[in-house]
Amino acid sequence: MDPTADFFSLFELPRAFRLSVAELDSRFRDVQAQVHPDRFANAPESERRLSMQWATRANEAYQTLKKPLARGRYLLELNGHDVEAENNTAMPADFLLEQMEWREAVMEARAGGDHHELERLHNRLRGDIAGRYDELGYLLDEAADFPLAADRVRRLMFLEKLLSEIDDALASLE
Amino acid sequence: MALFQIAEPGESAAPHEHKLAIGIDLGTTNSLVATVRSGLAVCLNDEQGRPLLPSVVRYHADASVEVGYAAQVNQAVDPRHTIVSVKRFMGRGLKDIAHVEAMPYDFVETPGMVKLRTHAGVKTPVEISAEILKSLKSRAEAALGGDLLGAVITIPAYFDDAQRQATKDAARLAGLNVLRLLNEPTAAAIAYGLDNAAEGVYAVYDLGGGTFDISILRLTKGVFEVMATGGDSALGGDDFDHRIYCWVLEQANLQPLAPEDARLLMMRCREAKEFLTLHPEAPITARLASGEMVDLKLDVATFAEITRTLVSKTMQPVKRALRDAALRPDDIKGVVMVGGATRMPQIQKAVGDFFRQEPLTNLDPDKVVALGAATQANLLAGNKTGKDDWLLLDVIPLSLGLETMGGLTEKVIARNSTIPTARAQEFTTFKDGQTAMSIHVVQGEREMVADCRSLARFELRGIPPMVAGAARIRVTFQVDADGLLSVAAREQTTGVESSVTVKPSYGLSDEEIAGMLQDSLAHARDDAMTRALREAQVEAERMIEATEAALAEDAGLLAAAEEEKIRAGIARLRAAAAGDNRRAINIAMDDLGFETQEFAHRRMDQSIKKVLAGRKVGEIGMGEEE
Repeated sequence: MDPTADFFSLFELPRAFRLSVAELDSRFRDVQAQVHPDRFANAPESERRLSMQWATRANEAYQTLKKPLARGRYLLELNGHDVEAENNTAMPADFLLEQMEWREAVMEARAGGDHHELERLHNRLRGDIAGRYDELGYLLDEAADFPLAADRVRRLMFLEKLLSEIDDALASLE
Repeated sequence: MALFQIAEPGESAAPHEHKLAIGIDLGTTNSLVATVRSGLAVCLNDEQGRPLLPSVVRYHADASVEVGYAAQVNQAVDPRHTIVSVKRFMGRGLKDIAHVEAMPYDFVETPGMVKLRTHAGVKTPVEISAEILKSLKSRAEAALGGDLLGAVITIPAYFDDAQRQATKDAARLAGLNVLRLLNEPTAAAIAYGLDNAAEGVYAVYDLGGGTFDISILRLTKGVFEVMATGGDSALGGDDFDHRIYCWVLEQANLQPLAPEDARLLMMRCREAKEFLTLHPEAPITARLASGEMVDLKLDVATFAEITRTLVSKTMQPVKRALRDAALRPDDIKGVVMVGGATRMPQIQKAVGDFFRQEPLTNLDPDKVVALGAATQANLLAGNKTGKDDWLLLDVIPLSLGLETMGGLTEKVIARNSTIPTARAQEFTTFKDGQTAMSIHVVQGEREMVADCRSLARFELRGIPPMVAGAARIRVTFQVDADGLLSVAAREQTTGVESSVTVKPSYGLSDEEIAGMLQDSLAHARDDAMTRALREAQVEAERMIEATEAALAEDAGLLAAAEEEKIRAGIARLRAAAAGDNRRAINIAMDDLGFETQEFAHRRMDQSIKKVLAGRKVGEIGMGEEE
């Protein structure tokens, strides 16, 4: 096995956006059980070093594949589309307008200490995001429309950030 | 009650193969050493049958050192030279330490880690801790009757890099081979059980003498996965004593006290705290050197009142850790209580109220960390115990980053990343013709560098002059399984390289450690050279043994000529180890290490292939729930 191989082949998983997280979890654990430094605590230095490199790699691979946004970006990268470098920060006006409305609603609820409203916004946004990941799965795995997928990923980056801001607001009210 | 203490039914290793490994809980107040015997983790007691070793070190005028109970009983007599709670000083500067004014020590203000002037000279916290470790080491050697392979030493999960490094240095100074630094809450979780019935998410609330940790762990099929950790490395049972102490000063209307009186009163306050665990009221009486008499009664309600802010201070990290793990209190299947300070009724109540369940207290909170450490040490030593095999995936408690323009922190590795972990980030020069770049490594969550802990500064020199922004400097952070960081920087276009294992700011340099080792050995009978030689021989034996075991298993992965080379390397190392030339041994070890690199790689590769082989890709569906 080549340590520079991509994260999917590290776990011998098909290179696709749709994956079973349970399957990924169990493969990650199987691989770590083989390579983790705790298995080599008493081994010669060269093996300890190798083990640390492998375990580091396995952790990185797992973190990247586990989260759908990171996984989507990574798949695009493997297909030669660097989401950041393409620097298409100019999003369509209607999307940006929608974002502003969301943000205003969050700020208002936060200022008013409206826990209930924040929960509602959280759930609505989560639902919206889930639907977008379904679409992304189609674009990446079936249509192979990478430019459009890259656009969707950029939107999701906005939305995920918004979601974490709602979570922060919720936490600050606790 | 889903958790059970570990009982290992199939202790398979034959006695002569059993490697001697210990777990050490190096605590603020007390320290313990434990080992696994006949499949069961047990604490090793001292000659009087006591498991605890008070973490107290007294330096006498004749430079002799007393550790434990003997030092503790005299602490009020000789407070200046009797160091208690030294763990609070590990990897810390004077300005980091709370209540310095109430401490009787003669601090030496030095850049980096604080030092203490004692009868036996100026001592670093590392040296003082090493005395405690040495005492535990000899206790273990006497009990186990042989050379120790190594030790797992526990540290608060919330210890930063400087504190971890200081602990590892102390172990090295005490002559211990550190198999792993293990987070205390994780150790407790291991001690609490590996039974399948324990599957689920657990919280470990660990309030020790001087540190507070909260860890959220998920147990699944023999994997301990730390999901999040948090805490306060300067908050513990000592602070509760200090609150009582302040209350006493106020109630009795006392003037600032002499060191002896302060220490005496502090001891009385601690006793009162412990008494209140089982009684509604505690007497506090003391006759001070000034002739004044303190005679007070502290009841549970007052105690709870004066320590309310301390208790709520522990709940903040609990909430944050839950949030980091994306969980709610209801998701927690059980709450494990660790550390003597969790015996306080107000703590039990606060934790119970928050998680809406009775905390688990069925293992002795003083021993549980040492028992878990011993269990892990046994596993790391390779004493396989049949079905009882598990994997531990721990995290780094605090984010690691670099200083960028304007004193801002650029985070490179986020807190709660599973270790080992690495990440590279690219930077560039901001001036034309800039040939050097200074790299400042910090740890913490704050935006401003000044609010984070400075871990190290180093310089990358020899960058060829280019226009601003043209150089590409790749800085790589690597955190190992002990949670220790090393940083390397490399200019990409020319390959100029620079790296440090992070130590300088608060740690000790290798030279300092070597110097201390020399000093400490000057008092001992065997000299440094003999010991270094012996250590090299032991290391060589270990390497030969491991390589031969690997060949016995997997010689098939090698071509005949490759195997021949490795066997020749083993033979050369064996010959060198039989002699008394340490340099020759080290060279032979390096050579063998080089010869076996490719072999190690193929073995690793094979083991991964094997574990993944024959697995079918399951039903592929969208499984986004995390």
